[in-house]
Amino acid sequence: MQELLDLFSYAFMQRALLGGLAVAVMAGLVGTFVVQRGLSFLGDGLAHASFGGLALGALIGAFSAGTDLLQQPLLIAVPFTVAVALGIAFVRDRTGLASDSVIGVFFAVAAALAVLFISIIPAERSTVNVESLLFGSILAVGRTDLTVILVTAAVTVATMLLLWPRLAYATFDSELARTDGVKTRQLEYVLFVVSALVVVVSAQMVGVILLAAYLVIPAAAARLVARSLITMTLLAIAAGVVSTLGGLVLSWAFNVPSGSVIILSQAVLFVLAAVFRRS
Amino acid sequence: MEPYPALHIHNVSVRFGQVQALQNVSFDLEPGRTLAIVGPNGAGKSTIVKVALGLITPDQGHAAIFGHDAGDRPDRIGYVPQLKTFDRTFPANAEEVVVTGLRRAWPARVTGVEARLAHEALEAVGAGHLAGRSLSHLSGGELQRIYLARALVRRPSLVLLDEPATGVDFLGEHDLYDLLERYQKLSGAAVAMVTHDLTAARFHADLVAVVNRELYAYGPPEEVLTDESLKQAYGHRGHGHRVLVL
Repeated sequence: MQELLDLFSYAFMQRALLGGLAVAVMAGLVGTFVVQRGLSFLGDGLAHASFGGLALGALIGAFSAGTDLLQQPLLIAVPFTVAVALGIAFVRDRTGLASDSVIGVFFAVAAALAVLFISIIPAERSTVNVESLLFGSILAVGRTDLTVILVTAAVTVATMLLLWPRLAYATFDSELARTDGVKTRQLEYVLFVVSALVVVVSAQMVGVILLAAYLVIPAAAARLVARSLITMTLLAIAAGVVSTLGGLVLSWAFNVPSGSVIILSQAVLFVLAAVFRRS
Repeated sequence: MEPYPALHIHNVSVRFGQVQALQNVSFDLEPGRTLAIVGPNGAGKSTIVKVALGLITPDQGHAAIFGHDAGDRPDRIGYVPQLKTFDRTFPANAEEVVVTGLRRAWPARVTGVEARLAHEALEAVGAGHLAGRSLSHLSGGELQRIYLARALVRRPSLVLLDEPATGVDFLGEHDLYDLLERYQKLSGAAVAMVTHDLTAARFHADLVAVVNRELYAYGPPEEVLTDESLKQAYGHRGHGHRVLVL
């Protein structure tokens, strides 16, 4: 026990813990609606969009030596990923195509752009660590990263708490909600934007490849056992928190990558939920 | 005394791409009356209800509810949608669905007052025992009762129903119309229901609108449900529907 307390006395572990918990809370709140609306593939699409955005940020940073502000890829990645999220919602509305088809198109284009941007960056100016982008490193979260994550978490939690009753109503029955004056389309756009924010600020912690899992697995596990949407939301948050804590401790104990252990912890919770699912 | 009709449909035309769904449809429904909107499949019956709810903006004309533009007074309308295949795994129970009729939002937590009102509404539609039941464990008929309780719990002045008896057995259908008639007598509300069942229109409505893109006839059932108007609207008598010989 003392060893565990010692572990969290390190500043980098405290930042990892705080950042991980913030991501867990955001992902639980947003993931509930993503899963319940059958938009699980959105997480993958936005994760790859954030990869494209981070690569674009790195490209701009490489050609803007001396401009400190442009050395932060996240400043480019956030609007880039939000634009992709809005693009997915807009194209789906205009074309009537199924969500997964439209997300698939944006997913592929964003990944292609990411590869293109990275290939353009001259080797001597490159600050991009592709492996780090793909797999992330929760233990490498810096002070600035943590500040960005906490601010995003505050905005996300406030937005979701404010919109929860209407979002839940629209998720249950969109037509019924519209007859009661709920602006279902605008709400969905907000949900897409918030999802994009959660994904892009979380990318550096768990990596692009594992990131969608954070949004989907805790909520999917919660759905298996919850009898009400509010319970599903709270359980999704709890599953994210428990898996983050457990993943951090286990990754330290066995000296293995934290991101993958966190996701595997979530998978264990999902299996347990599947075994003990509500009838 | 209401100075305006419960439902005012004026010269409404709706087009979906190349398909003309409604053409110059006009009628008024006064408080205390029950209207059955009948017509063949694809006649635009449900479109009229959606225009009245403000879900569809007509290309021409307008709809008003008690003198207000359609969609502006959802608090005065109780809507029972077509029984459709929504996600039955949505984690919710019947009580929560009924409470949406009070809050016009999803309840994170149902208050004591809301629970009492929801229970009364469920009792009134013969579904008091279903309050705590998960949606995934409800039959089509039970679900229709829940939706009716949800519509009536806010004590609406206008009840709009889209094919309310679809998926409901004969006894359930009889109960449904009986409930509506009792609510109407008690509240003085107007009721407008879309139905493909001409027998239901004949016996449970005091006004009938025969629609097939246009309004072919409007008035009391005994005047409107005639061979001539039905032939005009349906193309020929029978047309796969239960047509009464009047």
